[in-house]
Amino acid sequence: MSDVSYIRRPNRLLQIYACIFLIVLYVPVLFIPLFSFNDSIYVRFPLQGFTTNWYADLMRRDPLWAALMNSLRVGLSVAVISTFLGVLAARAITRYRLAGQNALVAFIMLPLVIPGIIFGVALLVLMSRMGVPLSLYTVALGHLIVCLPFAVATLLPRFEGFDRSMEEASADLGENPWWTFWRVTFPIVYPGVVASFLLTFTISFDEFIMAFFLSSTDATLPMYIWSQLRFPREFPSVLALSSIILLVSFALVFLALRIGRLGSVRKPGAGSNGAD
Amino acid sequence: MIDAPLTGTRPAVVQERRPGRLAGLFHRSESLRGYTMLSPTMLVMAVGILAPFIILLAMSFWTRQGFEFDTTPTFANYARAMSEPIFGAFLARSFWVSGIATVATVLLCYPMAYYVAFHVHRNKMLWIVLMTLPFWTSYLLRVFAWKVILGYEGVINSALLSMGLIDAPLEFLLYSQTAVIITLAHAWAAFAILPLYVSLEKIDRSLLEAATDLGDGPAWRFLRVTLPLSMPGVIAAVFLIFIPTTGDFITPALLGGPDGAMIGNLIQLQFGAVNNWPMGAALSIVLMLWIATVALVFLLVTRKAQERLA
Repeated sequence: MSDVSYIRRPNRLLQIYACIFLIVLYVPVLFIPLFSFNDSIYVRFPLQGFTTNWYADLMRRDPLWAALMNSLRVGLSVAVISTFLGVLAARAITRYRLAGQNALVAFIMLPLVIPGIIFGVALLVLMSRMGVPLSLYTVALGHLIVCLPFAVATLLPRFEGFDRSMEEASADLGENPWWTFWRVTFPIVYPGVVASFLLTFTISFDEFIMAFFLSSTDATLPMYIWSQLRFPREFPSVLALSSIILLVSFALVFLALRIGRLGSVRKPGAGSNGAD
Repeated sequence: MIDAPLTGTRPAVVQERRPGRLAGLFHRSESLRGYTMLSPTMLVMAVGILAPFIILLAMSFWTRQGFEFDTTPTFANYARAMSEPIFGAFLARSFWVSGIATVATVLLCYPMAYYVAFHVHRNKMLWIVLMTLPFWTSYLLRVFAWKVILGYEGVINSALLSMGLIDAPLEFLLYSQTAVIITLAHAWAAFAILPLYVSLEKIDRSLLEAATDLGDGPAWRFLRVTLPLSMPGVIAAVFLIFIPTTGDFITPALLGGPDGAMIGNLIQLQFGAVNNWPMGAALSIVLMLWIATVALVFLLVTRKAQERLA
């Protein structure tokens, strides 16, 4: 690097710390896939040998597949709705100068700083007083509240860097607002929309607290895992299931973050090798 | 299938296309259009946040009568929450446990965020993704992972045993406050790293050069320039971790054992096995009030400290 100064001087100690930090961050999670291939009902060292039995065992569990379908349905609906609402909100916040704008944004971000259990019980109380039976719909409503801050937070930066003269040019050239939106605005904010969709889907798919309070007999996947955790002999199967979920979640989020930055920081050679 | 909430967004769209006087007003007033565009989101948030909280607040003044509720307002639940020591003890323990976890997380994450902000020059994005990726996996799974690691026959104990370092499994690992604190600190790391990184990245590097030119060594430069300027990130990180973890009930339920249970478990019990919803509602309100108080005190203290430093 050409511009090595006293501030940018590489710091060996910090480098080591960063590596240890990443290891500590990942190792606990990586024990899950490791033991999911272990040929023993007990999750302990020494490892007993390789098996894929626990994965095969998953295939025979019907409640699991029902739970997976429930989670997919809730996750997809929540992702579509929260991204749609997020686009509207982000557009309104960045395009117009609104009185009380900061308060409105703070209100949207409120779920981030309120314990999930309080949202869960509050919605539960509301539903029961209104006589709404608990179902996947109530779970979806709960997830929507949890996901909206993330959708807006993902979309706002995309809309903030938006050059309005592009839209004005389109309008001057005779496009109506609807087509301007689809042919000018949308292509520019598209990476943010995809990122928001994938992130909100992942959050909803993994969400547990809302589902715990707001679901009835239709379990979502995390609820199913929770119900299995009580039985130690189910541990290996839960590990196998968790490994699959981890893999899919990692892939989705990685995709979301990559797409989300498309066009914003595209630099030659970026992503070719590890930093430092 | 689950597009019921979507119908809530329809009126805005319909309104936008309705011709006549309303439409005229619409096109003239920029901010009206802005508010209309924002209204579906706000509607959902109002239904999902405001309405439940109002009812929760109302219910906290009710009492349970068998399987029904007596809706005459009374402070009985709050009086109980104050008089019975168990509630206070659980509340205090929740604040203690999540307080320690918050401090530990922020302290451990600060150098990491500092490293990426100041010492990583290529592929910063890759580092950020690496640091935040585990956060996006299920919270339940991460807690479960720690159960696997800290368990009586878990990874640590069985590894130490098979290496002959210990004769009997270490019992303090699982079902203790320590287990809860470790798990919380690990699970919420991303919430500390992101705000810390953002505030550190924003610091104007020329200020650091100025401090050095004026004779500050690395330690003073950090204390007088970097640390104060990154305080917004520290405060955000503290809030983002402390507030949600105080109400957590999954980690204590899976790893806490008898003396690791927190106020969240108590609230969950009121809505579950104990089946005293008004009491649970009152406890939720008490928890929120305490969180708000602690947050305000923390803000005031940091502000005072910053003023003194400046």
